[in-house]
Amino acid sequence: MDKLTGAQLVIRTLEYMEVSTVFGLPGGAILPAYDPIYDSPIRHILARHEQGAGHMAEGYAQSTGEMGVVIATSGPGATNLVTPLMNALMDSTPLLAITGQVASTAIGNDAFQEAFTTGITMPATKHNYLVANVSEIPQILIEAKHIATTGRPGPVLVDIPKDILNDESEWVEPKIVEMPGYKPTTSPNPKSITQGVDLIKKAKKPILYVGGGIINSKSNKELYELAISTNIPVVTTLMGRGSFPDGHELSLGMPGMHGNYTATTSLQKSDLLIAIGVRFDDRVTANPEYFAQNAKVIHADIDPAEIGKVREPEVPIVGDAKSVIVELTKELNGYKCEIEEWREEINSWQKKYPLSYVQEKKGPLKVPYVLEKIQELVDEDTIVVSGVGQHQMWISLYWKFTKPNTWLNSGGAGTMGYALPAALGAKMAFPEKLVLALDGDGCFQMTMQELITASTEDIPIKIVVFNNGNHGMVRQWQKLFYNNRFSATELTHDTPDYVKLAESMGAMAHRITTADEIEEKFKDALDENSKPVLIEFVVDPEEMVFPMVPAGGNNDDVIVNQEAADSILNKDATEEI
Amino acid sequence: MTERILSILVEDKPGVLARVSSTISRRGFNIKSLSVGPTSVEGRSKMTIVTDASAVEQVKKQLNKLINVIKIIEFEPGATLETEVMLIKVSTTKETQTPVIEKATLSNARSVDVGTNSAIFEITGTSIELDKFEELMKPYGIIDMVRGGRIAMQGIQS
Repeated sequence: MDKLTGAQLVIRTLEYMEVSTVFGLPGGAILPAYDPIYDSPIRHILARHEQGAGHMAEGYAQSTGEMGVVIATSGPGATNLVTPLMNALMDSTPLLAITGQVASTAIGNDAFQEAFTTGITMPATKHNYLVANVSEIPQILIEAKHIATTGRPGPVLVDIPKDILNDESEWVEPKIVEMPGYKPTTSPNPKSITQGVDLIKKAKKPILYVGGGIINSKSNKELYELAISTNIPVVTTLMGRGSFPDGHELSLGMPGMHGNYTATTSLQKSDLLIAIGVRFDDRVTANPEYFAQNAKVIHADIDPAEIGKVREPEVPIVGDAKSVIVELTKELNGYKCEIEEWREEINSWQKKYPLSYVQEKKGPLKVPYVLEKIQELVDEDTIVVSGVGQHQMWISLYWKFTKPNTWLNSGGAGTMGYALPAALGAKMAFPEKLVLALDGDGCFQMTMQELITASTEDIPIKIVVFNNGNHGMVRQWQKLFYNNRFSATELTHDTPDYVKLAESMGAMAHRITTADEIEEKFKDALDENSKPVLIEFVVDPEEMVFPMVPAGGNNDDVIVNQEAADSILNKDATEEI
Repeated sequence: MTERILSILVEDKPGVLARVSSTISRRGFNIKSLSVGPTSVEGRSKMTIVTDASAVEQVKKQLNKLINVIKIIEFEPGATLETEVMLIKVSTTKETQTPVIEKATLSNARSVDVGTNSAIFEITGTSIELDKFEELMKPYGIIDMVRGGRIAMQGIQS
């Protein structure tokens, strides 16, 4: 049998795993692997920065539920991947990172572009490998995929020294061998299911509190059936948006720090939280001591370490969200909760504390208004990708998500700069769908060079930049808790000129400053499919995101709007952002 | 504070100690003792960790997430055979040499090197026994001391 180089084995194994697209950036140590890419049917997208390549792979993975692949060189190439790796770890996104390493004989000698990649990325990955022998390459890559995509998904990095990429070995079809230390539990224990059902039947104020686990296990249909048959309202976390259709009478939307009043309060006043694929994140619970104090908890998660980490549940269930929901539904056997009073109480909150903003006809644009206008012009299959900050919270509050995998954002890590590259990755996965990055100006400036990638690789995404000339969320905190001392948050409205900038990067661009321009210019943007389009909205820097519960606070004290904020403005000393 | 002893069976692969210690430090767990050594099975090592009882559930769960960690056993207090080794170098004079060696012998320590101005003892036992011996030697002046980390094994149940 012909021998292949390590580099050829890498590409051959990716082809074997049916990887169609990889994102990356070449360099010295990874150079051998780029030679077989030249002949491979795998499409390689040349990012302008490794961080961008990593987020592209994440966007690909978040939109498809399949593993994304990113390739980088040693040293700074690998360290630039640390942020996307950590981001993927926090949001449970399946990712395979392949990095070049200096020759094995040079490791430890501070060679040119040497970094201790496996050491640096150890806490930022689900697992990582340093390849010691060329013949291991196919086996390690297939194991890496297995680890990345099963159990709680996450990023896996494979570091390959340059000499091993050049060494030769025969191709041997890799097989998933049993890993003695890796056996994720997917089927729930029947006893816990029975205990859970008992609690559900006793509950007067149950809530389904669901998150990213529903999306990852593709169990939105099963969740829908469970909610409908039991009559239990559903709260979707930031990572779980799209797992239950907004607009449905049982849908309460996002809870937490910037959640809507009803979602936050219904968790708070509940007597039973049926928590599935969520991790009681501090952005949901605020101070866990005050969180849902009267509620019993059923907590189901594929990761046993999440159970009891923040809140000790009455019924712990380790298992895949889909199996858990199916088993609960089976055991409930059509049981419908008689909870009319609870439903009415929830409805009364919705009426009393709806989301609100004021868009004056001639006044500066408000992001929530723009979002509602945009949503009128696009269909529900549109993939929405967000950065981090005010705009992210407004999208999660105001956008009506009806389908899973149509909302991509950086939830756990809060990585500014995620939107543009992640949108590009999603568009590679779904060329026929509208992929809309909705970004802030601060975020956009962190990874904006990837607009060049979108243009040169012909990836016609749309990117909205909400230009408020500021790091808006930080400014909001300075306004609320630091006596309007706007330290280092101003970016300016006019530099860069986003239209000229986008045009120079090969994209089409529009600037929208007033409400009456939106429809026409945005439709123009939608009609342009030959190149990426940037649409800048110049928006009001004074607008703040409400509702809000300050960090470490009590979810009983939701600040519902600006007026409520004014009454406590700058009175409380701040806690950490 | 109450302690728990964890015996962790791991794959003997490069970096496995770093993975375990990185997880412990990343999660802010308090570890009182850690020791590593080979097992009777090729490719398997065993680590013994002593940690606070309050954190033990999370320590176990987080370490279990490591791919190279195969099995974790938490020892029940009282049902465990536990031992630790210590080498201790004690300052001696003409007057103190005899009482020092006598006390060491009574404590089941072994003299491994005896000179005119100092003596080195080896002692194995529970950490409490080792602490006691250290206290006993303190008045004479401890020049150097090293402890090997606690190891444990489930006792035979009849």
